[in-house]
Amino acid sequence: MKYDDSTPGRLGAFRPTRRQFVTGLATGGAALGLGLARAPASAGTPARRGGAALVTGTEFALDIGAMPVDITGRTRPAITVNDSLPAPTLRWREGDTVTVRVRNRLRDMTSIHWHGILLPSNMDGVPGLSFNGIAPGETFQYRFQLKQSGTYWYHSHSLFQEQAGLYGALIVDPREPAPYHYDREHVVLLSDWTDLDPAALYRRTKKMPEHDNYYQRTLVDFVRDARRDGLAETIADRGMWGRMRMTPTDISDINAHTYTYLVNGAAPAGNWTGLFKPGEKVLLRFINGSAMSYFDVRIPGLKMTVVAADGQYIHPVSVDEFRIAVAETFDVLVEPMGQDAFTIFAQDMGRTGYARGTLAVRDGLAAPIPSRDPRPLLTMADMAHDMGGHGAHKGMEGGCGAMMGEGGCGANMGAMDHGAHGATSNAPNHPASEAGNPLVDMQSSASEPKLDDPGIGLRDNGRQVLTYGAMHSLFEDPDGREPGRTVELHLTGHMEKFAWSFDGIPFASAEPLRLKYGERMRMVLVNDTMMQHPIHLHGVWSDLEDADGGFHLRKHTIDMPPGTRRSYRVRADALGRWAFHCHLLYHMEAGMMREVRIEA
Amino acid sequence: MKTHSPAPLGLVAAIALTLGFAVPASAQHHDHAHHRATTDAPTQDAHAHHDHAAMSQAEPATASTAPREPIPAITPEDLAAAFPDIDHHAMQHAPAFNHKVTFNRLEAWDADEGTGQAWEGSAWFGTDTDRLWLRSEGERMGGHTESADLEVLYGRSVSPWWEVMAGIRHDFKPGNARTWAAFGVQGMAPYRFEVSATAYVSDDGQVAANVEAEYTLRITNRLILQPLVEVDIAADDDPDYGIGRGVTGIEAGLRLRYEISRRFAPYVGVVHERALGDTADLRRLEGESVRDTRVVAGVRLWF
Repeated sequence: MKYDDSTPGRLGAFRPTRRQFVTGLATGGAALGLGLARAPASAGTPARRGGAALVTGTEFALDIGAMPVDITGRTRPAITVNDSLPAPTLRWREGDTVTVRVRNRLRDMTSIHWHGILLPSNMDGVPGLSFNGIAPGETFQYRFQLKQSGTYWYHSHSLFQEQAGLYGALIVDPREPAPYHYDREHVVLLSDWTDLDPAALYRRTKKMPEHDNYYQRTLVDFVRDARRDGLAETIADRGMWGRMRMTPTDISDINAHTYTYLVNGAAPAGNWTGLFKPGEKVLLRFINGSAMSYFDVRIPGLKMTVVAADGQYIHPVSVDEFRIAVAETFDVLVEPMGQDAFTIFAQDMGRTGYARGTLAVRDGLAAPIPSRDPRPLLTMADMAHDMGGHGAHKGMEGGCGAMMGEGGCGANMGAMDHGAHGATSNAPNHPASEAGNPLVDMQSSASEPKLDDPGIGLRDNGRQVLTYGAMHSLFEDPDGREPGRTVELHLTGHMEKFAWSFDGIPFASAEPLRLKYGERMRMVLVNDTMMQHPIHLHGVWSDLEDADGGFHLRKHTIDMPPGTRRSYRVRADALGRWAFHCHLLYHMEAGMMREVRIEA
Repeated sequence: MKTHSPAPLGLVAAIALTLGFAVPASAQHHDHAHHRATTDAPTQDAHAHHDHAAMSQAEPATASTAPREPIPAITPEDLAAAFPDIDHHAMQHAPAFNHKVTFNRLEAWDADEGTGQAWEGSAWFGTDTDRLWLRSEGERMGGHTESADLEVLYGRSVSPWWEVMAGIRHDFKPGNARTWAAFGVQGMAPYRFEVSATAYVSDDGQVAANVEAEYTLRITNRLILQPLVEVDIAADDDPDYGIGRGVTGIEAGLRLRYEISRRFAPYVGVVHERALGDTADLRRLEGESVRDTRVVAGVRLWF
């Protein structure tokens, strides 16, 4: 049965003169994969050699257009920049003033947002907050000075254009050499592609949010679990989830049943390849430019040393695997040797598919592709349910699931009175706007920072997995002040309605969060949903605090797994109206967004 | 860095050399030319511990310490760039209005009295909390429509799982057409039972109610058993329509569908229907059967 609303609607603006086909992305990735070889810390201008064109300098012209692409074997409409998907990799230099002229050749309004870049509000590229957007046929000139260096990315901030292909890598070379040595570098831009019109995918998700969850627990699973754990425990477990009207297999909303996962625009069969010479130190700039997909990344046979997060240097951490939330970037050093080829394996968090590329000594090589890990199941502990006031169980890892003897595990539903749970020290003060709110289907009752938790599906997997706790900024808190006040916001949602919000109030009805220019404030986020949300604040850094409230890690996107409470410091040194939102594109569009207004 | 395994030694050395600092220095500062005096800073220790429990939503802005990196003074250009004169409606939003049309049952059967067909469907149009609902159910036997109704209801979410419904129902059949005012609730009960309960008052004063519950039992993720029970109740005798006071009838169905896609699932099922109480007596007087069991085949689809 064909999806009746998957017809190319909004993107069907092909012009005969532009009827070029970006073909071969499904199979031709290797031909594009010559890497971005360059001398380290040089200001040289490598030629176009990556999966996307590489453009350097201070003056740029970007042409946003609609174009058919073939990612999956079907020709589908996409949005491209300079006829490229992903958009060209831009290479800037710290301290430079860059000028980017963006021309809109679409039939719709468009925009480009420079993710994580500090700049004046009117250059931030959010229609309705920063500027009016770029009308069809118009050219908008972005111009700003770069106050930072590192690996970033850019993308459209207009409706679903990011999902349709409007995203690209952004590298800002530092004025001072990086505090580590490398011989060669590659951008590894991960993303998710759908053949559907993204607006139709949104409508589908509103009608049936669980559309892609073909992993729900079945009668067959029940029989298996009853044999293994006993009938009474299995019934108790199903009962807890049933009372909450939730399913523990909801790891991601949209998965490989809809998406094809890409490395630098190449599907797994295309095998994007980055070259190395044995003995070289290779810097991999990982960027998650997905609309909705978290990835767990590893390179079997190689240790990875993470040296920067969200563009900012950290104390090096050596790991086997890392989870990259949507919109995050990690710079990773590897020293491939002993094999001619290594697989870059990025399975989605729900274990439904993977993106894949290869590091190799020459094109055309491949290494074995690992099998996907088993699918994780959410537990009540993941969602910070303190088992209905059974305080003794607090913090029990993997807890409530099958071990919970008495009822009550799933008792913390929206309409419940949480007064009874006050005993736990970390019982959050839920905002009044959540109580009885039809858009809030769940609240956590014992949320914790969980900075040292590798996360759902990554615990005890025999590999050393990156955590927020293991990453420390390489510098002291550049501001140094204690926050003068604390603002707590809860991430809220309703799975069945696919409704998402902060404090139960969707963007359309929310007042801006007002900050005073110059103030240092503490943002506390509490995840009251069963999903994981990458939260991005435009314009200023989000300085993640450790569990004791100290400066820990400078980021632009803070990942919020279910059941977490995390705090970060914000230095309000950028006037203007800034977007603050979940970077899962469809969560943002469904309302998980606020305006943060920094006023004089 | 508790979980930090040893980084390559050369790397660490390179970092130390490049940045030229000794780690950890307790009063270490990021290297900034504009570093201000911070003599009265009680918070210089970046790992200062403070009491989370003392946090409150409305702590006054009391931090008087100067920041290490000074906050730049605001210039008129900064203000102009920060608050440009723009159309604040320029942000496009995903539609707040959505819709879904579901044919939960679209089925046929072959019985002694001839072939029959039945449908039951619903549609909603609206936002996450306010929806216009259409619900319709009907049955045809041997080429005539035996029963058919259409409800038009406004549904408002009053809690995460329940909607309150109000509107009208029109019965085209059986008998003479009549119109009812309808009030009810629908939603998802604990354990994921989909439930609706509606009370009706007709234009001729009859009061009736209908309660329906449905469940989705996954045998596999595509092979799904759907039990359904529906009970009808009348407050008064309604002889023109063959209805006696009390519980008038019950219908139970068990349908097994295979989801070829999420949107399209053929099924087979068995349906048992029986009249109860005074209604059953009235039927017997008319020489009609009071119970019926049939095997049905159909499709479930939504768009």
